[in-house]
Amino acid sequence: MATSGSTRPVLAVENLSTHFFTRDGVVKAVDGISFEVMPGEVLGLVGESGSGKSITGFSIMGLIDPPGRIVSGSIRLNGEELVGLDDRAMRRFRGRSLAMVFQDPMMTLNPVLRIDTQMMEAVQAHEAVSDKAARARSAEVLAMVGIPSPEERLSAYPHQFSGGMRQRVAIAIALIHRPALIIADEPTTALDVTIQSQILAEMQRLCAESGTALVWITHDLAVVAGLADRVAVMYAGRIAEQGKVDDVLDRPIHPYTHGLIGSVPGARMHGARLAQIPGSTPSLGRLPPGCAFAPRCPRADAACAEHAPSIAAAPDGRAYRCHRPMLIEEVAR
Amino acid sequence: MLAFIIRRLAQALVVIVAMVVLVFFGTHVIGDPVWMMVPGDATQEQIEQVRREFGFDQPAYIQFFRFLGDVMQGEFGRSYVHGESAITLILERMPATMELAFAALVLAVVIGIPLGLFAGLKPDHPLSRGIMAASILGFSLPTFWVGLMLIMLFSVMLGWLPATGQGTTVEIFGIRTSLFTLDGWKHLFLPAVNLALLKVSLVIRLTRSGAREASLQDYVKFARAKGLSPARIVGVHILKNILIPIVTVLGLEFGSLVAFSVVTETIFAWPGMGKLLLEAIQRLDRPLIVAYVMVVVLLFVTINLIVDILYSALDPRVRLTGSQA
Repeated sequence: MATSGSTRPVLAVENLSTHFFTRDGVVKAVDGISFEVMPGEVLGLVGESGSGKSITGFSIMGLIDPPGRIVSGSIRLNGEELVGLDDRAMRRFRGRSLAMVFQDPMMTLNPVLRIDTQMMEAVQAHEAVSDKAARARSAEVLAMVGIPSPEERLSAYPHQFSGGMRQRVAIAIALIHRPALIIADEPTTALDVTIQSQILAEMQRLCAESGTALVWITHDLAVVAGLADRVAVMYAGRIAEQGKVDDVLDRPIHPYTHGLIGSVPGARMHGARLAQIPGSTPSLGRLPPGCAFAPRCPRADAACAEHAPSIAAAPDGRAYRCHRPMLIEEVAR
Repeated sequence: MLAFIIRRLAQALVVIVAMVVLVFFGTHVIGDPVWMMVPGDATQEQIEQVRREFGFDQPAYIQFFRFLGDVMQGEFGRSYVHGESAITLILERMPATMELAFAALVLAVVIGIPLGLFAGLKPDHPLSRGIMAASILGFSLPTFWVGLMLIMLFSVMLGWLPATGQGTTVEIFGIRTSLFTLDGWKHLFLPAVNLALLKVSLVIRLTRSGAREASLQDYVKFARAKGLSPARIVGVHILKNILIPIVTVLGLEFGSLVAFSVVTETIFAWPGMGKLLLEAIQRLDRPLIVAYVMVVVLLFVTINLIVDILYSALDPRVRLTGSQA
């Protein structure tokens, strides 16, 4: 568990907005979000599809392509500003101090290139080392992520690996340069449940050993509960609520967080009707003028529909955006 | 692998036999070659004599079995017009055609792939739009017209390049080629460009759509996330993926370059087998037509086999096995 205050954050995102300028108008995929990640800390970035959590990840990596663009805000990695860097300057960070693991391991490895090609090029992209040294480093990280006989497996093609093994290879590639931060974009969603827990445990262990901070993007609250130190809940491009994982999951402030937790089937509710949030996620191109969640919110009033809530701080250190927060009285006590 | 090749060759044999049957009876229906062989004032008796000499008085199926019997003994028939072995005639002309087709193929790849990559990776760039517009022209303009225009511009008006013939040739391993003399290159250039035009457009379109598709794939984004340079991503990650369809199509297109260079060869008086075929059809020279078809079918089958083998080299997911047809 990271401690706040004394140490400097690995990643500081401030008021970040990433918009997509499409023919049908501006889509505000990410709209003014701020968060920090401390060294060795695991931040869970939770939200439904289209909430902007993946776009947040790609924005940090500098991998937003037209028609998308980071329109404002700042992303600082160990104090260095990343927003506004050109591709060449950004490449020094990508894969070295800043790595990413993608959702679908079947798609992230190039099908026509051998594993060694894909790993060695990652080593040599940032270090002028011999092929031999690059290969040795590749085998080393493969062993770290639990791939048996890594030397032989290096000569294999991606299709000769199972989905779980491919994700391990992708994680190994992310770990090659011992990055300060790894962004994991739902890396276990496409895997079997048994493999999921293995990969989760593996990543948790590797990050703890190397002091790598982790931004874990997911829609799965159970994963967040078991893995993350802190959690940020995203809705329609904004962070609805963020704080320590126990605080947020046990005593949600934002009605959306509450609804999200209620939607998870629990063991005790067998046979009972599953709670759900009415309606569906709004189109990011046509957001209501007020709080984006207001049309679906059971607690919404006239103020919610009129103007969007700004960021407020709860006494326990949480940040939230809500006119009608839940449990705030209790938290204050 | 070996089983795969044997299977392929057996299939080729079936195709060749089927083609020979079709072409043999096809040319039989078209007309009577005797009229092409006797002088205009020949008497009925002379005509009958020529007919008997060549066996044309027999029913078609008997003629066919005779022909088949000859083929079994390695005798592919003599050209009615030239009086020489039809196969020899074709094989003599083949190097010139292959040379032309090969030059056109190289042009198609060397011009088509870079332009296609550019258009695919920067689809909104004005130059990309220009490339795509030009490729539509390449597709739509008739070959013969472009050939004539090329001659008009470069030979007649500018006088830079010769319009006809193969130029100075050298014999290399018993094959006459114009690839080793400057004069030969000059003669080769215009017909090769003419023949390549359609294929350049094809390669541009294939490369462009492949590059557009590949550049959206996760593996490209992942490669970028590794911090690779754009040159490495395009040159290795994207290119190796789009080479698969390009190699397949170009392989097939090479066959058609060889088989259908008839128009270009005729316009530029290129001494290849396309020109020979055109004459053979005009004179109902059946053995020559049949032999030509056999050669072309064999060529197609061989190219397909090479493409399949290349394919497995490019795409590790493809493994050639006996069961794969």
